[in-house]
Amino acid sequence: MADWEVVIGLEIHAQLATKSKIFSGSATAYGAEPNTQANLVDLAYPGVLPVFNAEALRMAVKFGLAIGASIARRSIFARKNYFYPDLPKGYQISQYEQPVVGKGSLAVVLDDGVIKTVGVTRAHLEEDAGKSLHEGLANSSFIDLNRAGTPLLEIVSEPDMRSAKEAVAYMKKIHTLVRYLEICDGNMQEGSFRCDANVSVRPRGANKFGTRAEIKNLNSFRFLEKAIQHEVVRQIELIESGGKVVQETRLYDSDKNETRSMRSKEEANDYRYFPDPDLLPVEMDQEFIESVRATLPELPDDKAARFARDFGLSAYDAGVLCASRELGGYFESLAQALGSVHAKLAANWVMGELSSALNRDNVEISASRVSAADLSALLGRIVDGTISGKIAKDVFEAMWSEGKTADAIIEARGLRQITDAGAIESVIDAVIAANPTQLADYRAGKDKLFGFFVGQVMKATGGKANPAQLNDLLKSKLAGS
Amino acid sequence: MLHNLSIGALADRLAARQISSVELTRHFLARIERFNPSLNALITLTAEQALASAAAADRRLTAGERGRLLGIPLIHKDIFCTDGVRTSCGSRILDNFIAPYDATVVTRLKAAGAVMLGKANMDEFAMGSSNETSFYGPVRNPWDTTRVPGGSSGGSAAAMGARLASFCTGTDTGGSIRQPAALTGVTGIKPTYGRVSRYGMVAFASSLDQAGVLARTAADAAAVLKVMAGFDPKDSTSVDAPVPDYPALLEEPLKGLRIGLLREFFDGLEARNAALIEEALGVFRSLGADTMEVSLPHLPLSVPTYYVVAPAECSSNLSRFDGVRYGYRCAQPKDLIDLYRRSRGEGFGAEVKRRIMTGTYVLSAGYYDAYYLKAQKVRRLITDDFRAAYQKVDLLIGPTTPTPAFAIGAKIDDPVTMYLNDIYTIGANLAGLPGMSVPCGFIDGLPMGLQMIGPHFSEARLLGAAHQFQRATRWHEQIPGGYE
Repeated sequence: MADWEVVIGLEIHAQLATKSKIFSGSATAYGAEPNTQANLVDLAYPGVLPVFNAEALRMAVKFGLAIGASIARRSIFARKNYFYPDLPKGYQISQYEQPVVGKGSLAVVLDDGVIKTVGVTRAHLEEDAGKSLHEGLANSSFIDLNRAGTPLLEIVSEPDMRSAKEAVAYMKKIHTLVRYLEICDGNMQEGSFRCDANVSVRPRGANKFGTRAEIKNLNSFRFLEKAIQHEVVRQIELIESGGKVVQETRLYDSDKNETRSMRSKEEANDYRYFPDPDLLPVEMDQEFIESVRATLPELPDDKAARFARDFGLSAYDAGVLCASRELGGYFESLAQALGSVHAKLAANWVMGELSSALNRDNVEISASRVSAADLSALLGRIVDGTISGKIAKDVFEAMWSEGKTADAIIEARGLRQITDAGAIESVIDAVIAANPTQLADYRAGKDKLFGFFVGQVMKATGGKANPAQLNDLLKSKLAGS
Repeated sequence: MLHNLSIGALADRLAARQISSVELTRHFLARIERFNPSLNALITLTAEQALASAAAADRRLTAGERGRLLGIPLIHKDIFCTDGVRTSCGSRILDNFIAPYDATVVTRLKAAGAVMLGKANMDEFAMGSSNETSFYGPVRNPWDTTRVPGGSSGGSAAAMGARLASFCTGTDTGGSIRQPAALTGVTGIKPTYGRVSRYGMVAFASSLDQAGVLARTAADAAAVLKVMAGFDPKDSTSVDAPVPDYPALLEEPLKGLRIGLLREFFDGLEARNAALIEEALGVFRSLGADTMEVSLPHLPLSVPTYYVVAPAECSSNLSRFDGVRYGYRCAQPKDLIDLYRRSRGEGFGAEVKRRIMTGTYVLSAGYYDAYYLKAQKVRRLITDDFRAAYQKVDLLIGPTTPTPAFAIGAKIDDPVTMYLNDIYTIGANLAGLPGMSVPCGFIDGLPMGLQMIGPHFSEARLLGAAHQFQRATRWHEQIPGGYE
């Protein structure tokens, strides 16, 4: 197999979290009965006109400022003309030649810790289409226009990514960012955040891009990764067997894990873009831009850098903890309550026990059954030696399922750690007396049996013996001193 | 007779309770019943609703409420959405369409207490200059029923000419108020683009469409425009500027008013037409105005520019008529493409299809720059010409149309000749300027119009000039034989 280089660019569609639609007063909430959130404007009745929702503009500008992009003082809505039943007007209103957000960029931390900068070509505002429902219907289709007119920010990247992993890391970064900015709920199952991937391959070292295929509508990070991986293999095999990649739109089938052709360039629509005469150019002044800038929260990169600096965390850990604003906030209040010298302990617990419990029960951090204050109380008991880290995990599970405080569970279950040397010694003595054979073997040089004795003592104390004390005492007892 | 009284005179009698709105409404309904069969000016008659509205207006009047339009009967062009009433736009594709809401223009007139008698016939989707493209058949000119009334507001114009209402609404994308007003001997005003809301007005060419009035006189038009005009948050292109009290400004002296004669309009103008304009200029001079010749060098490019821009916008605006959600749907479509093809193919008439195809072509990849973009540049040049002219003059004057009303069927098969009917009116639309047509004489017994075009938001000045012209002339008082 020749040495191929993969080239990927993404077009991410983020549904903006406005209360009403981009050009009508209908609500945008997900999951309502079909066509109950579509008014005459959304239904494209004769004579109705669009009115631009300025909140969508604020959100787009917020995004642009967050990626250091140029903000267009004047942007223009155009009509993209094509016929489809879920597009009631027969055109989509979208920004074409003059988008609101121009060039910007984003730093992405890859798995190996390498930081990669991905360019953002532009981000523009547009309206979403409705949905066509074909499944389970013989000879007919139904249309749900609830989604028609929901504001989208389409974020177009440069073809800067060189592997499926990089594409996923970039998409995750945008996902984190839009949620930080509170401009998109990021819900991928509901389609609030999705992307199209432009994929091509070229011989390594070539300076011209290969012909690209566009894979449409990827709504999970896993699908994005798999679709690209599959598409790369398909393109390389095609070229190596003497074929040619054609420019086309492809669909990813997650059941079969393959992409298949949707339409070729020749079949592509001529969208006949032209400025929408129903809408004035969107104009803004520096004052408006500054008023939006004033609403920017601490951005994920800044927060991660601060965590690394203030809490002595690795760049990787800091990055993980800043994946969402809520997670970062949780960690920060935990670390502050516990004292920053114990920040590493806090980080391990948030990334470990807490994250796995949240994932297991599919709970958002904002709805965590163990609050940062409660977790801080628990970790405080490790720090002060009341319980061991191992016992703490059991206490955490009990807190999670029973909703009680750490101290209440420690008291109720008698989990307080045994730190009385005399008490530990007497248990050790009894264990040694009960296991003469193992003692002899140990003394004959079978060092591994140390662990056996630790286990027996822990078993006898219900895991409550202070591990450090146990270690020291056991060592000297076994040595016969 | 009531139908020959001005809105002001009718309002006075209504206020004095010498007549009731119901009586007035019955009077016009009777005239419609008598004359409409030969004119075909109305598509839909809303007699019952009209009498109910009139009764409601009478209650308001009895309760002491006063308003210039309270209880005054009108006819809406069938391009305005009217809640619960068919809004066909002259097309088969909307023949079954009952609008679920009122256009802003309709809402405003309703609130003022005006009484809708029915909906006026029009060229299909306002595309036409003769009212022959309507799905509901041609409208006939009351001055000679073998002739067209002009278009696209031909139903409104014929109804006004025959005095079937106190006033009619119309829309003007390339001359659709002014040209039929001229050909039927009535007064028509197309306001500045953005002056009147387009919300609820079925779109033809969004950057050119503007609603206006057809009336007996400039004074009546001023009373109606006062109510129709104003900012509407539902129309992003409507302008948030105060509405002058047009009726109160009608008497502003014309002394020193600088009137420009559009040189380009006189090139090749028929001598009798030119003579009527000259005569009108004499009237203005006698009222104290100064007249001078001005040139707008790019104005002759108006027609080709318009026939790129307007079809481009219409090709997109009419995409929503797809047989999916409302309007005409073909019988038993095989599949989606068949549904689109036949619903649109059967639902639209020939002229609408011609413009959709033209518009689709000029926006296509590879042609956009050569046609659409070029046309927009020329449009800018024409606008700049007008702007330069208004440095020197206050109003521009010329003929409204090249000829009087032509015979039904004479031009319908020759689109280019038909399009040239709008040669004098299109410029104002391209530049977004207010324009008026007032009756200024007759050629071969058929009425002719004098056109006045002013700078943006100069409606008060236009109406004032027209009003004082009408006080000095009797052309607007002429009524076709049999309709007195």
